[in-house]
Amino acid sequence: MTVFEKELGELKEKILRMGAVVEAAIRDAVASLVERDSDLARKVIENDHKINALDVEIDEECIRLIAIRQPRARDLRFITTAMKITTDLERMGDLAEDIAERAIELNEEPILKPYIDIPRMTEIARGMVRDALDALVKGDTELAMDVIKRDDEVDMLNVQVFNELLFFMIQDPSTVSRATRITYVSKYIERIADHATNVAEMVIYNIEGKMIRHLTPSQKQ
Amino acid sequence: MSEMSIAISEKLKSEVKNLNFYYGAVQALKNISLPIERRKVTALIGPSGCGKTTFLRCFNRMHDLYPGNRYEGEIILYPDNINIISTEIDPIEIRMQISMVFQKPNPFPKSIYENVAYGLRVRGINNKQILNERVEKSLRGAALWEEVKDRLHDLAFELSGGQQQRLCIARALATDPRILLFDEPTSALDPTATSKIEELIIELKNEVTIIIVTHNMQQAARVSDSTAFMYLGEIIEFDRTEKIFTAPTKKLTEEYITGRFG
Amino acid sequence: MKDIKRRIAISKYWDYTFATIGLLSSFVGLALLLTLFLDLFIDGFPRLSYKFFTSFPSRFPENAGILSAWVGTVLVMIVTALAAIPLGVAAGIYLEEYAGKNLFTNIIEINIANLAGIPSIIYGLLALGLFVYFFKFGESILTGGLALTLLILPVVIMATREAIRAIPNSIREASYALGATKWQTVRWHILPYSTGGILTGIIIGLSRAIGETAPLITVGALTFIAFLPTSPLSSDFPFISFRWLLDPFTVMPIQLFNWVSRPQKGFHMNAAAAGIVLMVMTLVMNGIAIYIRYRFRKKIKW
Repeated sequence: MTVFEKELGELKEKILRMGAVVEAAIRDAVASLVERDSDLARKVIENDHKINALDVEIDEECIRLIAIRQPRARDLRFITTAMKITTDLERMGDLAEDIAERAIELNEEPILKPYIDIPRMTEIARGMVRDALDALVKGDTELAMDVIKRDDEVDMLNVQVFNELLFFMIQDPSTVSRATRITYVSKYIERIADHATNVAEMVIYNIEGKMIRHLTPSQKQ
Repeated sequence: MSEMSIAISEKLKSEVKNLNFYYGAVQALKNISLPIERRKVTALIGPSGCGKTTFLRCFNRMHDLYPGNRYEGEIILYPDNINIISTEIDPIEIRMQISMVFQKPNPFPKSIYENVAYGLRVRGINNKQILNERVEKSLRGAALWEEVKDRLHDLAFELSGGQQQRLCIARALATDPRILLFDEPTSALDPTATSKIEELIIELKNEVTIIIVTHNMQQAARVSDSTAFMYLGEIIEFDRTEKIFTAPTKKLTEEYITGRFG
Repeated sequence: MKDIKRRIAISKYWDYTFATIGLLSSFVGLALLLTLFLDLFIDGFPRLSYKFFTSFPSRFPENAGILSAWVGTVLVMIVTALAAIPLGVAAGIYLEEYAGKNLFTNIIEINIANLAGIPSIIYGLLALGLFVYFFKFGESILTGGLALTLLILPVVIMATREAIRAIPNSIREASYALGATKWQTVRWHILPYSTGGILTGIIIGLSRAIGETAPLITVGALTFIAFLPTSPLSSDFPFISFRWLLDPFTVMPIQLFNWVSRPQKGFHMNAAAAGIVLMVMTLVMNGIAIYIRYRFRKKIKW
């Protein structure tokens, strides 16, 4: 194995580590909401700097490799993919932090209704993040395509949650403050799924060398 | 000529069709087919001994200088539709239309002026005024005029390596070639001289069709529009340069491009 | 550490030993040459005078000179050069640039290499048969010059080939790539760039020929000539005459040999003086060869 290959291996490991940290942040943020655990939420907020640090570290490593190794073909694709993926992962971390902030606010007030759709959305979104990175490791285009497809489910659930909460707000204006916050959380999760989709698209670029962003679903096939 | 071939010949300067080449009994090139686009730079890359230089030297019939070599197939030169490697065509006629720049700068031990004028003298042009004009034009074309205009009658050996190679480019340009062949033109030069030559190649393609053989992959990436990857006398992959360098389709190409070859 | 130092010391000891032996060996050659020259000089110098150069041989040592000998040598050399240069250079160019690699050219090459090693008297015999008896040139300057031509032709051919081979192939390819023919390439590049080497070879060949005696005696050079060949310039039209080509002749080494074989001491002094002249002629020619090589090396470096 060449030195460069070792460096690329280390880069991949760092991305996976960052993915694991982000995934945990999403899980904990939503758990702090569902289980009304504000301490956990504060921990998520505190830990965000770890994600930011990893983002910077990975970007710097990518820039160094570009400058020193002049990567070509799949190496070039992998490094550019790494730079774009970390941006998405970092944004997911920020969104988890936002969820945690909303959770602290919501935990101050009485519960509006049991959370049912939010955990479901979260499960799907987390699965998307995990599978997108799994696809990167395995070079599995099909898995990445599957991640992209699952984004629609999250979008649908987000609309469903919004409609339900809208109904609450119309019926009882005193719920507006809480309902709006929960709408935000739903939106945040929907955004996390979008970022996971971006990651999956870059993974496909990394494997196939084809940019499929901004194509219609039929074109993506 | 059918409409179709007119359309092709407008875009193409040359087209290689099923080219086989033999050094005696050894087959050095195997069934090569390749379009050469007009006023574009086509790069030939591949590991040592893959046949890229051998292939390049088919275009100006350099192999005819040595006994025992044999071509099969066609290299069509457009728009005249002549087959460069046909035995019925005099190699000198081909070399008058297709110039070559070699791996090591090889100026003649004559003055700068005479080096550039030589190709014209070979063609029987001895008129002082015409020679002066063409020498200046070629030296300007090779981005050397400003550096040598006051010492045209100095020996070419007094120039630096990079200048010598640009002189060789001027010499090749003086005869108004239809295709300019470069055989690893910067392998003997330092990085500064190399980037000057590369700039020059990119500029020259506005005037002339260029084929370049290079060991330096980054150079192929920098100067060429299309790249052919060769291995063991065959073309493994041919595509637009950016495609070859970001997402080659063949595994062999990928391994070579990323430096994991062999 | 100490061990390494000792090892180096032993190795260096051999360095010094060989350097000393080498130096002494070089001195042997140089000393011999110097002694020879000094001996000649001491014996012959008193005889060197204007009169020595302008007198014909004579029965009296003090009256004898080398006029017919040096004129003969110069004329024979002119014939040799005029014949050997075009033949040798053309053959050399043909073999290097035109001839393909086949059995025929291999045979020619081996023959040329062998010709250079044949004893010079054999060339004399060949010249005798060919020029004297077959072409009926007589025992003349022409025959003598052509005999020496045969002798140095292999040298000139080899020198030409060496000089041509020193031209890098990239120069030929550069010329051919511009659409030049073989002759254009030879005329514009191969010949001009190899001139230095070719000239050097010719002069070295001639300086070998200038000392040759055997082939000239074989073809009938005289040992005693008290007249000059016909002048190449005549007062009648066309003012140039080639009659001298067919005149009998002698050359320096033959004159020298003639004198050495006489019993009188005076003739031995003459021989030494002629020896000095011959040696100086050879040295001057070699000097010219060195100068030419230097001039061309300065202009052309590959």
